[in-house]
Amino acid sequence: MQQRVVLPQPQVNAELLKNALRAPLWYWGIMAFLGAIVVAGSVAVGFLMNKGFGLSGTNRPVMWGILIVDFVFWIGISHAGVMLSAILRLSKAEWRRPATRAAEVLTVFSLMIAALHPVVHAGRPWRIIYWSFPYDFSRGLWVNIRSPLIWDPSAIFTYLTGSALFVIVALIPDMAVIRDHTTGLKQKVYRALAMGWRGTPRQWKLQIVAGFLLSALLLPVFVSVHSIVSWDFAVMIGVEGYHVTIFAPYFVIGAVHSGVSAVVTMMILMKWMFGWGSYIREEHVESLAKLLIVIGTTWLYFFFVEFSFALYSMESQEIALREMQAFTWPYWPLALTFILFSYIIPIPLWLFRKVRRNFKIMFWTSLLVNIGMWLERFLIIVPSLARKQVWPFDWSTYHPSAIEVLIVVTAYALVFLLLMTFAKLFPLIPLFDIKEGQTLSDDIVIGKRRVPALRVEE
Amino acid sequence: MAQMLGLFREEEAESAANATEALEQAGYSNENFEILTGSPYPEGAFGEREVKHKLYVFPFMGALLGFSVAMLVTGATQAAYPLVVGGKPILSLPAMTIIAYEGTMLGAILFTVLGIFFESRLPNPNAGIYDPRITAGYIGITLTVADERLNAVEQLLRRAGAADVIVKR
Repeated sequence: MQQRVVLPQPQVNAELLKNALRAPLWYWGIMAFLGAIVVAGSVAVGFLMNKGFGLSGTNRPVMWGILIVDFVFWIGISHAGVMLSAILRLSKAEWRRPATRAAEVLTVFSLMIAALHPVVHAGRPWRIIYWSFPYDFSRGLWVNIRSPLIWDPSAIFTYLTGSALFVIVALIPDMAVIRDHTTGLKQKVYRALAMGWRGTPRQWKLQIVAGFLLSALLLPVFVSVHSIVSWDFAVMIGVEGYHVTIFAPYFVIGAVHSGVSAVVTMMILMKWMFGWGSYIREEHVESLAKLLIVIGTTWLYFFFVEFSFALYSMESQEIALREMQAFTWPYWPLALTFILFSYIIPIPLWLFRKVRRNFKIMFWTSLLVNIGMWLERFLIIVPSLARKQVWPFDWSTYHPSAIEVLIVVTAYALVFLLLMTFAKLFPLIPLFDIKEGQTLSDDIVIGKRRVPALRVEE
Repeated sequence: MAQMLGLFREEEAESAANATEALEQAGYSNENFEILTGSPYPEGAFGEREVKHKLYVFPFMGALLGFSVAMLVTGATQAAYPLVVGGKPILSLPAMTIIAYEGTMLGAILFTVLGIFFESRLPNPNAGIYDPRITAGYIGITLTVADERLNAVEQLLRRAGAADVIVKR
């Protein structure tokens, strides 16, 4: 049964703008801590560029390490936002209201951070320009559009631009609220950002239509992005474990699994940090957990198909790779942790209503999923390269260096830092969406019970 | 002529709807007044006119432009350096399709956002009379009134239940 807390609009404004208008002291403490990690990471990146990429643990034949693993991971996380927001918007799911903004913002920031990884991995990032843009005009040479390394930037650029615009359009009414609740220079800035928003029926109608239209446009883009990321691997015919036709849907569903779990983690953190218990309620986390059971099980199906089809091929090299992934040190503990964390522990737990409505258990189990899904990407990328060549004298393994680990940790800190910065400037829960839900909410009496109802728009 | 804004409390949406009816009876058609709210209300809740827009045209225009540009760039760059590799055709259609797909969607999204701003009449820094209480839940009715009818319209709004009436000359 849905719970309902009907709040007057001034209270909604005060509670959801609390952090944006006056951040508490602990907020600045967290910002300083995250900022310190980001500074350390930036120094590490500078050092890596200065001394060369030889400081990383990558070596022949494993030339893609945890920076590429992290790239795929963050692209995956970015899928939560728009997928969740768009599908829930299009299906008019009432429980979407507190989740959409956080999910969309997570999309934008994780995509930005994901795109940074290949740049750092390039060793000499300025050469990215050399590869991704037309060059050498005098000889008429152009980039090779047959390469997935060109498809990738085009997809990520489209998705990042679309997601950022999606967030900006939905922010306009909320910027008008902040404009009306501030004074001085702050008010001038928000006045400019609100662009003269007054809340006329035309503006509201366009805002609602825009939500649906942009959702419908971004959904196919989100599917294409991780499909194209998967093709970075799948079109490599020479690497066992990469050249798999099922990779596109397998990557997309894996991305949704990890992304929606990240949204659950983030929403619970928001509830705890900003005291938004009236907005992020048990019913919201429960609905997301139910969605995750379906997504996770679909992902498991794809995982099973990918693994079993590889064995069914009866190719000795392919079978040797699978044996290495599942039974050989140092990969077997990672494989065991991956399957336990991403499915076997969380999904059966989420079958119980009490667990789904328990914020603490949901927080930790959703976090487990993402640890598991990070390991999944590691197990796809690294072992396949380690056995890329046929002859054993060309086999090798990979151990990430301290600098790589620091850069990966920095990526997490940077996403969190960006989210916290956003929370200081704008509301992480869309005010107008919450208010609309309150306006449309109603109660109906059935027999001796009063139950929540909703006036649905045509 | 002056601009007038009648403010009704959040819980008095019905009074605001009655006020628009009273304004129509007083000779102001629903094209003369505008409703301002801090959150979306069902269309026509206050008897306002139906909003017509052409937003749906924008994504199609953008998609067409994005597709054309993507095909042009991918096609022209390959044709500019016609090196045959492995006997394959110069123009690689599968690869072009992928980039054209992204170009189409990018064009559609960019034009949709432009359309949203254009159809919402934003940015509009001098949009007319406004009160910050709107975003705190008040429902506003704005209209332009001739000087000699100011008192009569103000009384009409107050009788309908307006908590406050603001006049801007």
